[in-house]
Amino acid sequence: MQQIVNFLIKYRNFLLFAFLLFLSLVFTVQSHSYHRSKFVNSANFLSGGIFTGIDNISSYFDLKIHNEQLVAENSKLRQLLLNTRDSISQEIDTTSFDSRFQITTAKVINNNYSHKDNFLTLKAGRNYGIKQDLGVITSKGIVGIVDRVSPGYATVMSILNSNSQINAKLKKSNHFGILVWKGGDPNLVDFIDVQSKAPVKQGDTIVTGGKSTIFPEGIGIGTIAEYALDPTENFYSIKVQLFNDMTNVGHVYVIENLDREEIQTLEQETRDEQ
Amino acid sequence: MSNSILRNILRFIVLVLAQITLFNKIDFLGYINPYPYVLFILLFPIGDNRALLLFTSFLLGLSVDMFSNSGGMHAAACVTIAYLRPWILQSIFGIAYEYNAVKVSTAAYGERLLFASIMIFTHHLILFSLESFNFSDIIYILKKTLFSGAFTLLLCMLFITLFSFKRK
Repeated sequence: MQQIVNFLIKYRNFLLFAFLLFLSLVFTVQSHSYHRSKFVNSANFLSGGIFTGIDNISSYFDLKIHNEQLVAENSKLRQLLLNTRDSISQEIDTTSFDSRFQITTAKVINNNYSHKDNFLTLKAGRNYGIKQDLGVITSKGIVGIVDRVSPGYATVMSILNSNSQINAKLKKSNHFGILVWKGGDPNLVDFIDVQSKAPVKQGDTIVTGGKSTIFPEGIGIGTIAEYALDPTENFYSIKVQLFNDMTNVGHVYVIENLDREEIQTLEQETRDEQ
Repeated sequence: MSNSILRNILRFIVLVLAQITLFNKIDFLGYINPYPYVLFILLFPIGDNRALLLFTSFLLGLSVDMFSNSGGMHAAACVTIAYLRPWILQSIFGIAYEYNAVKVSTAAYGERLLFASIMIFTHHLILFSLESFNFSDIIYILKKTLFSGAFTLLLCMLFITLFSFKRK
């Protein structure tokens, strides 16, 4: 017993070091798997508050660009509104109006793009109806998926994150694939597992696919920058130039698919029966 | 004594705030960020309170982690260099360290530079290894360690010189 106590006293610094290192490695491993970074994330009162303070100052620098983006989007929406083909359905009847998606706007108060796993922080949380696994987009294209939520803030797993896998398709031919990011250039992402039969051409548009219940179908992602067949010649691996400038994201839309639970329950039941 | 405690608490807060508001957002050439918050561990008073240094380094790393959504990468790197610090000091300053006669901010320039670079490059190597979590990216890890480390070293040496002229 005496020896154990002596050992503990003699090596107390090493034991403290080993304990703290172990703790931080546990946090690190957790952060590398999807939805597991429970304890250390920036969706909390303190970091959210500080990021809001910083953003209050730094948002002025990007004001011009964000205004231009808003004007561009407004003119696009106005064009759609004035050119509706069907003049009868212009009046929205709330009883029959098909509102599958609910949209909330949010402000980005923190954004990374230089790491391997990047996150954004939004100034909107549970109190604004934000939940885990909702899609986040801008007027130009997709941004990411909501990860952690606190009452006032939320973190978003950016598409520039090694854990991010998003279902996407070629706009022209509906061939599906998966959108991933392997680090490096924040403007280029990889579009993999596309059938070699698909008609791929440089400059073609990639949009979100309908398979996922997170994003609506047909949200813009980017254009094909370069492509090559993989060694087995069964699949293409494609580099996609994003529509969004991920290094400058100001205001975003958070999209909730109201049918999501219904779809998931149905799919679960189908799987259980088999 | 209380003056020294107060100065260290203040240094902790200022360095963390500067790191998250300013240095995390530099993104020089798209991926180079300096991490001068390690200055806290470099300048921590040299004495017998190793447990305190380990614990505060852990807190320092964890605060930076919380703001950059990086799990415990900074904490792991900080705790490691805090643990290794006495041996690095001893190998560089030799007998002067044994008599507690060393102060990093007033040490000779060459010794100070050597000490800071060993600490900073060790910290960055651990940090970026944990970030990529994949040893096939070894070139990426080394490249990032080298460039970010040089940037951090430059800033740290600058800050030490700037903020220690009074005590000379």
